[in-house]
Amino acid sequence: MAIYVDKEKCTGCGSCQEACPFGLIDIIDEKANIKIEGCTLCGVCSDGCSFEAIRIEREIEKALIGDDHRGVWVFAEQYRGEIRSVAYELLAKARALAATLETGLSAVCLGQNVNHVEQLVAFGADKIYVVDDPIFADGSEDPYVFELVRLIKQYKPEIVLAGATPFGRSFFPRVAAQLNTGLTADCTGLDIDTEKRLLLQTRPTFGGNIMATIICPVKRPQMATVRPRVFKKNVPDASHKGETIRVDFKKASVTSKTKLLNFIADLTERVKLEDADIVVAGGRGLGKPENFKLIRDLAAALNGAVASSRPPVDEGWIPYSHQVGQTGKTVCPKLYIAVGISGAVQHLAGMQTADCIIAINDDPNAPIFQVATYGIVGDLFQIVPLLTEKLKNA
Amino acid sequence: MNIVVCLKQVPGTTEVKIDPVKNTLIRQGIKSIVNPFDAYALEEGVRLKERYTGKVTAISMGPPQAVDMLRDAISTGADEAVILSDIAFAGADTWATAYTLGKAVRKINNFDLVICGRQTIDGDTGQVGPELAEMLGIPFIAYVSKVEEITDRKIRVQRMAEDGYETIETTLPAVITVVKEINIPRLPSFRGMTKAKTAQVPTWKAEDIGAEKENVGLAGSATQVVKIFFPKIVQTAEMLKGDAETQINSLVAKLKEAKLI
Repeated sequence: MAIYVDKEKCTGCGSCQEACPFGLIDIIDEKANIKIEGCTLCGVCSDGCSFEAIRIEREIEKALIGDDHRGVWVFAEQYRGEIRSVAYELLAKARALAATLETGLSAVCLGQNVNHVEQLVAFGADKIYVVDDPIFADGSEDPYVFELVRLIKQYKPEIVLAGATPFGRSFFPRVAAQLNTGLTADCTGLDIDTEKRLLLQTRPTFGGNIMATIICPVKRPQMATVRPRVFKKNVPDASHKGETIRVDFKKASVTSKTKLLNFIADLTERVKLEDADIVVAGGRGLGKPENFKLIRDLAAALNGAVASSRPPVDEGWIPYSHQVGQTGKTVCPKLYIAVGISGAVQHLAGMQTADCIIAINDDPNAPIFQVATYGIVGDLFQIVPLLTEKLKNA
Repeated sequence: MNIVVCLKQVPGTTEVKIDPVKNTLIRQGIKSIVNPFDAYALEEGVRLKERYTGKVTAISMGPPQAVDMLRDAISTGADEAVILSDIAFAGADTWATAYTLGKAVRKINNFDLVICGRQTIDGDTGQVGPELAEMLGIPFIAYVSKVEEITDRKIRVQRMAEDGYETIETTLPAVITVVKEINIPRLPSFRGMTKAKTAQVPTWKAEDIGAEKENVGLAGSATQVVKIFFPKIVQTAEMLKGDAETQINSLVAKLKEAKLI
């Protein structure tokens, strides 16, 4: 795989230099020079070249299209015996992918006495593989890695998706590494290239400033994680028929190398951020940690959860567990109130799917107003207490 | 304790500016820094060395200029540093990165613990740590917020869970990834800076670590970027007019109408 500039054809016009999203092209002696460090072979330069002087050689030409991996799988993560919502969200998207590929959709659930496993069928799965064993109870990753790798090797799905939960983000890369295949993190879009039968995986990168579409051309399965609340789940269909396959776990073949000794619950969070219908978030505009009281008061008046953009967390004003955005949590509440948040793309990545967004900021040009439903330009120190007061009396 | 810390050099800000005319990233004026999560990894490595004696080796895969970051690592307590730099490594995805780091860690004899940051701030995948553990075939613990104790070839840590903290134990050697809650990285010491200036930072190329060319860089990457584009954002907000009182009255009315309150 490589990128070449044909020095005969190149006129040094500079159109590729302008096109390169990463600024990796220099025109030296009237010829384009591409720095390979940082180049992702995205092809924007060659698309923009009128002289066909840039040639990209991709492995994809040699891709094994006719391999024997078939079917779309969703890893249905359970947490404390309940299937996580992200599993149903993934099934909705995977259902559409499977339809395009004209193949089946399966869900895999590893756990002990998981409630309502059959629900996975109503949400779209044609088959569910259920491995029920006490070894999965405490959430130690090793048996999960072992068993999912074994099942994938046995049944050979072409696509396997998992939720980008803390557990998924830690255990799924291990599965991918054992299978020697690719994994794309935190996808916000999934689609199919029907001609090449490839999964098109789109994700934000560079803090959400750039979107990249990624493929896994040769290795199988194609694996991706998706943040919770990126896709919407379907309405469960009780008439959808599916098959449940109970798989015996062969205990003797694996021992967990890590041991959970203790769990201490964090009780400081009054309303769980990810599940809250109403979220009130504060940003750098609050100026100092004490001013988070304004946010807490407003949240209390609405019975909502308190969130933060990245700068207050970096400054230590509020714990990381409150951070919403690319490197924090993704929320999709009915109402999101952003106070003193300018709206860096990476913050928007964590909240822009909220049903209604209210932005309060003193800068009318703040990017947050570009995703907001309602905008108030003004002094938050005046607006927020007034709003809290009005809501208390409402 | 023989500790290896993996570092990555990243752009110094996540709020990258886009050139509105050319629609490209503006890279001028953005200096490279050590990935912030990796700075916590390095600090923890140095603290563990101070607690249990031993050696900290900082490694980084990247372009030759990443050597500056590795010298900084020495000035803040790393004993040795190695840069993995080879044109063949360029364009690596997380699989190829983990493969390459794995080969390099294997070359460092008798390592006990590998520490990585939980994720980088440019790629944000968080995949290299867990993939590296599998490449090495050793235990893995993510999101470590405290190393409680290391005894008798075992490590006991506290790690951040979704709704609390877990105490987990595993055997050494192991790979852990750390969160920012774990420590506050120190500033370079005068002695460290002097040492960093003269320290030898060897460069390892693919053949030095026995890495197969078809497994590194773009060639070894299972995934490929096929398209890059800029997210489109369109102005949608209805701006509420008037003084604060009027704005809030109309907002409350709208929220009531939408049955949000």
